[in-house]
Amino acid sequence: MNHRRSPEPLLWLLFSSGGMAAALMVPILLFLFGIAIPLDWFDPSYDHLSAVLHNWITRLILFGLSALALFHWAHRFRYTLYDGLQLKRYGTPIAALCYGGAVAGSVIAAALLLTI
Amino acid sequence: MADEITLEVARYRPEVDSSPVMQSYQVPLREHWAVLDGLTYIKDQLDGTLSFRWSCRMGICGSCGMTVNGEPVLSCATFLTDYAPGPVRVEPLHNFPVIRDLVIDIEDFMAKLPTVKPWIVRDVQSPVEQGEYLQTPEELEEYQQYSMCINCMLCYSACPVYALEPEFIGPAAIALAQRYNLDSRDEGAAERLEVLSSPEGIWACTFVGECSAACPKGVDPAGAIQRYKLTAATQTVKNLLMPRSKR
Repeated sequence: MNHRRSPEPLLWLLFSSGGMAAALMVPILLFLFGIAIPLDWFDPSYDHLSAVLHNWITRLILFGLSALALFHWAHRFRYTLYDGLQLKRYGTPIAALCYGGAVAGSVIAAALLLTI
Repeated sequence: MADEITLEVARYRPEVDSSPVMQSYQVPLREHWAVLDGLTYIKDQLDGTLSFRWSCRMGICGSCGMTVNGEPVLSCATFLTDYAPGPVRVEPLHNFPVIRDLVIDIEDFMAKLPTVKPWIVRDVQSPVEQGEYLQTPEELEEYQQYSMCINCMLCYSACPVYALEPEFIGPAAIALAQRYNLDSRDEGAAERLEVLSSPEGIWACTFVGECSAACPKGVDPAGAIQRYKLTAATQTVKNLLMPRSKR
């Protein structure tokens, strides 16, 4: 048993799944909405896209992607501050800021997805 | 090709030097001479007071790790001609206290290594009469790469996390723990988990990957650590979901 309870394994799981999800899905979204649609390679109607977005599976996936990617950022940025800028002495406020930011961002993402 | 090359060697003689100083020596530049041969030439012909560790001269004992032109390398496997026309800067391995000249204090690593139990742990030892513990080639392949580690500590010298956090158990110790965790004959994974999954264990690693780049034996400590992070995180989730189950 690990007697010293630390949230690190769970934070790392969020970090790694966020990295994986972002690496797999963001390029597809960027290709679709950043290249293919602006260049008129295909032209979905507004109603069609809106219907896709209102499907709860789409919302769930987009929320998962946003939240996990934010936790990925939080974990990496925290260690960038710790080791890159050598600010580990401010560990608690940095962790609160990073993961708090990820939680806040996830709440905003959820609110946006629920209100569109 | 010039017939000589300059070695700039870090000297630290605690009885006379308050901090390390560089000293230059001219050594013959021969095609098959490694940096270690240059140092041996200095010791035999030019300056017998120069101290450095070496043993096998063939990249298997792990004694002659040094910093050559800023990179952690085995000095027996690093050739002078690759640095011609020189000069070649030879310093002790970074991230370790220096005892004298190029000799570092390896006590920290020696103390950390046994904490991960890098040997085969069995719940019950079978009697010798029952024969060997058999293993298929596939089972051997699982851990073989990690068994190539020669404890030369180049990975500790290369690791920026170890430089910042001396408590970090370090790349080689974790790779060696994985060498036994992944061995089909071993039953000690649960005993190693507590040390490996502590804040000074795998979680201190930020996957810089310099350890794997520095390794002279093709071991991939960074990969071992990443792989074990998933094992340990999965175990944590299992413990959270089923707190009373015994592993």
